[in-house]
Amino acid sequence: MTEHKPMIEMCNVSKHFGSVIALSDISLKVHSGEVMCLLGDNGAGKSTLIKTLSGVHKPTHGEMLLDGKPVRFKSPAYALDAGIATVFQDLAMIPLMSITRNFFMGREPTVGWGPMKRIDWKYADRIAKQEMAKIGIDVRDPGQAVGTLSGGERQCVAIARAVYFGAKVLILDEPTSALGVKQASVVLRYIAKARADGLAVIFITHNVHHAYPVANAFTLLKRGGSLGSFRKEEITREEVLNMMAGGAELESLDAELAEFQRSDQQQSQVA
Amino acid sequence: MNSTPSPEANNPAGGQQDERLRKLPFWKRALSRPEFGALAGTILVLAFFLVVASGTGMFTPSGIVVFLEVAAQLGIIATAAALLMIGGEFDLSIGSMIGLAGVLIAIPVVQYGWPMWMAILLAFSCAGLVGWANGYLVNRTGLPSFIVTLAFLFILRGLAIGISRLLTGRTQIGGVQDHIPGDWLASLFSGEVGTGLFNWMASHGWIGTNFAGNPAVTGIPVSIVWWLGLTALATWILLFTPYGNWIFASGGDANAARNSGVPVRRVKVSLFMFTALSATVFACLQVMDTGSADTLRGMLKELEAIIAVVIGGALLTGGYGSAIGAALGALIFGMVQMGIFYTGVNTDWFKVFLGVMLLVAVLFNNFMRKKALEAK
Repeated sequence: MTEHKPMIEMCNVSKHFGSVIALSDISLKVHSGEVMCLLGDNGAGKSTLIKTLSGVHKPTHGEMLLDGKPVRFKSPAYALDAGIATVFQDLAMIPLMSITRNFFMGREPTVGWGPMKRIDWKYADRIAKQEMAKIGIDVRDPGQAVGTLSGGERQCVAIARAVYFGAKVLILDEPTSALGVKQASVVLRYIAKARADGLAVIFITHNVHHAYPVANAFTLLKRGGSLGSFRKEEITREEVLNMMAGGAELESLDAELAEFQRSDQQQSQVA
Repeated sequence: MNSTPSPEANNPAGGQQDERLRKLPFWKRALSRPEFGALAGTILVLAFFLVVASGTGMFTPSGIVVFLEVAAQLGIIATAAALLMIGGEFDLSIGSMIGLAGVLIAIPVVQYGWPMWMAILLAFSCAGLVGWANGYLVNRTGLPSFIVTLAFLFILRGLAIGISRLLTGRTQIGGVQDHIPGDWLASLFSGEVGTGLFNWMASHGWIGTNFAGNPAVTGIPVSIVWWLGLTALATWILLFTPYGNWIFASGGDANAARNSGVPVRRVKVSLFMFTALSATVFACLQVMDTGSADTLRGMLKELEAIIAVVIGGALLTGGYGSAIGAALGALIFGMVQMGIFYTGVNTDWFKVFLGVMLLVAVLFNNFMRKKALEAK
């Protein structure tokens, strides 16, 4: 693997909320052109971690380096300006507004000046359509409400927007968890494309089957601590799954399932 | 790796219309606009009174000016209320602000001999402050604006009564009209526009003249000009400016808007200030028109404004609506109010009609919103 500066790096970051230790001593690095999958069960600290990365929380200890330089964000807006774009689970899309209005929300392109300064709708519509086409979603009318799009397409609008506005680090919070198989694959394909474009992607998910095809590396969180980061070459899908759920629990689940199967067979024999 | 087709490959004609995009007929596109319901309602009400009130003088030039003036007064505050509602908030203190602003203009002028313009500026500054306070409290406390501005409904009305009783011993202050002539700022809120044009039209016999040979309509009341101007401004803001986009976003989903870098708090504070200032415009026009102020002026105006806005197609939950719709809502309001008067129906029934219309409008809007979210 090429050993240049990681795009984003967390060094021994901890976050405490009063007496609660939400994150303890987390270190991870993501290079540009890489997808880091952040895996962990509920309560493992995934949300706290991404909220720390995206400037919602400030770390209690430790530091973060963006492109080798230490950073400390006052608010999500600063993180956004620095090139860390977060696509939250609840989307940041407004269903009743048009695709174009959503795409450029907060960063509207304008023409003219003084009282005649206005949104350049022609340009905005063209860019929105073009950026959506780039990810393989053919928008018929960029003036249509985002509410008319499917869940996967909405995620893609959010991601396309982040990429278009020059994100260097893309944080995706469970982008596929609410989606069907087909829609999830649309999003996954787009994540692969963002990686190919040289972004550093941090992809949070429950679902190893979504994570495994696009990831270059995995970081596993458990109860606020890190179980370590692994390159994809070093670890199999089953091992990831095992570590994620805590192998013992899965083994006991296996045993239980086997038990069910046996009783099923017995019943069918009786019948 | 499958390479993503470039937009050009998708669209060999290059930058032309998408062939799958049906050119919808005009009326179908109009149907998906928020103000469509209000437009249909306006036409309906107009047709109704054209039949029922024909020959009563409602549709003579002077009759038209009268109902337009009623519509204009409401329209001025409805425009601001529309922007605020699209931004996701209410202002129930508009009516009380009208009363307070009237008092703030009249007392300094009549009691203390201030020049008109100074009193008007005082009223506008106080209104700005009230709007700011409304917005600040809503942002800061996270309470629904319904509660915060309901509190201000009482506070401002109480202040208006308290201040005027304390300083003048009365609740009605007359005698303002003597101070209007020659005041540069007051002239913006009084009189008529285009009197020369109307004289000229009358001299050509295009509009009727009264027994003295003067035109039946001497000019367009300045309130109508304010109404049209504010509606145009608000429409421009909503459709063509970044700030307009922020208003939609703040009302649609404040959290999502904030995550995308929209200054939601600033947008809301400015919208609350705008409603308070529009209430003051209303008060100025009223004080100049009647030559007096009354602490009870503007009662229920906040609710009438909300009716106009909702009839105009805005959603109570925010994020959707239009300023033109609010103007049409106000126009319906004016036509019905004056129409009932002209047709000789007992005006007691006016409020029944208003209530029914509000209900129909809301049902219709809910239906339209569902339509808007379906794939076209």
